[in-house]
Amino acid sequence: MANEVIFHSIHLPESWKLENYLKVGGFDALKKVIAEQMPAEEIINQVKISALRGRGGAGFPTGLKWSFMPRQFPGDKYVVCNTDEGEPGTFKDKDIIRYNPHQLIEGMVIAGYTLGAVAGYNYIHGEIFECFERFEAALEEARAANLLGKNILGSGWDFDIHAHHGYGAYVCGEETALLESIEGKKGQPRFKPPFPASFGLYGKPTTINNTETLASIPYIVKHGGQKFLELGKPNNGGTKIFSVSGHVAKPGNYEIGMGTPFKELLAMAGGIKDGRKLKAVIPGGSSVPVVPGEIMMDVTMDYDSISKAGSYLGAGSVIVMDETVCMVKALERLSYFYFEESCGQCTPCREGAGWLYRVIQRIEHGQGRAEDLALLESVAGNIMGRTICALGDAAAMPVQGMLKHYRNEFEYHIKHGKCMVNGG
Amino acid sequence: MLSPAALTEIDREVAKYPPLRKQSAVMSALRIAQIELGWLSPETIEYVANYLEIPAIAAWEVATFYNMYELKPVGKYKLSVCTNLPCTLMGAESAVEYLQRKLGIGFNETTPDGKFSLKMSECMGSCGEGPLLTINNHKMKVRLTPEVIDEILAGLE
Repeated sequence: MANEVIFHSIHLPESWKLENYLKVGGFDALKKVIAEQMPAEEIINQVKISALRGRGGAGFPTGLKWSFMPRQFPGDKYVVCNTDEGEPGTFKDKDIIRYNPHQLIEGMVIAGYTLGAVAGYNYIHGEIFECFERFEAALEEARAANLLGKNILGSGWDFDIHAHHGYGAYVCGEETALLESIEGKKGQPRFKPPFPASFGLYGKPTTINNTETLASIPYIVKHGGQKFLELGKPNNGGTKIFSVSGHVAKPGNYEIGMGTPFKELLAMAGGIKDGRKLKAVIPGGSSVPVVPGEIMMDVTMDYDSISKAGSYLGAGSVIVMDETVCMVKALERLSYFYFEESCGQCTPCREGAGWLYRVIQRIEHGQGRAEDLALLESVAGNIMGRTICALGDAAAMPVQGMLKHYRNEFEYHIKHGKCMVNGG
Repeated sequence: MLSPAALTEIDREVAKYPPLRKQSAVMSALRIAQIELGWLSPETIEYVANYLEIPAIAAWEVATFYNMYELKPVGKYKLSVCTNLPCTLMGAESAVEYLQRKLGIGFNETTPDGKFSLKMSECMGSCGEGPLLTINNHKMKVRLTPEVIDEILAGLE
């Protein structure tokens, strides 16, 4: 069940070239849509049947999101792809545009057709600029082959896609900050409602999906939603790319069926490096709560199972930590990240993220105070749910998760001024 | 202030967006200007704003919000090393130590000959290949070891 949907051609030389994508049935789905003049309702229905859920982290049902788009609204509408992957632990979308950019283009064109859009934009994390250039080259190839641009495949329908790069701001992965950024502004999230489906890019109806989500669309259109669903499990359709980093022998991306046991994923990634023991896993990117290794070993990789273990599947970004990791130090680094990346718009996040970082930093450096853990809980609790976007929650959740499972390490640091794991 | 080639490149970016939405190209335009001039001086930022027919403050807001823009001169080669958690688990601390020892500078410093600057960076979305760095924002080098770092530095004239 590995590499069924997205990475099916990854083993081929120059898999990113159009000619090679066409050889493995690329653009068959788009050709089918255009030849059969598939009704938009039918495509949306198949996406609903597939149980595809947003792969960027929130897990929102894609078919439902698409049905919110006012397709009959006169005037411009947009499809936006979110390849602004910058949460520690995430690196799957990079490999999609690096190894299979045309499948994303095909998915975006089908989305444009279905949602009645005039244009699509793919917002790409600035730090992976070489992949941005590769995606632009793929767009050129697709235009030259009449798969994009004017009168696509002789259908009389025009739709173009452009690439827009970020330039160093994690918050732009939040969909409304991303829209602000495409408009050439600071990436500060917008208050919702109105939601992008009614007021999106340039104030026009807009659907924003993650890269992996859109790259799954051709498979669903080609094989039907039911087949995609069966690759995973009910309510958790399809395969999912899991990005495994940290203390494993073979870090990398693994595309497997939803519901695969974590044990199997860990084995695919070569197991824990250097024969050490598993300590903990952050299963969905740095903003989700940590899960102790022994709990993780009984979890299957899908939204529902990870949620039962007290965390989130997020973007499928699995950070593995072995027994040598000091959780205070790990949390110090993550908290610095959220402090650094807060856009500064909402007071609880702007001030709270800095506060969390400074308190954790003093605990890590032997200056913790007896009341600090209660203080951390209070600050984290006062950020949660009190900000415009989820970055505030993202700063608070790792703190809450660490204190829930590894409180003793923080207490030891405060009491003894040093680490119980490595003595430093 | 910018070469005809750079302006052509900016025009190509402007064409991606609807008419009257030239501001959308400001991120690319500032990037293109920075590649040509090495950093973004106040004059450069205002020049870009004028070229796109947007208020200077709009370009300033972007230049100061996104952290890959340089508002002060940096060395010929800016090396940005990711130090976030996954990269740290995979050896970023020793890569940074080695780089700092070898170049004789710390983060946010430039070698006396103006050749290298070192920056601490946040997540670059490539954690599976850590530890890693970028050279002048756009070229990524991965799986850093002392040998790989030696090779990278030797390749920069």
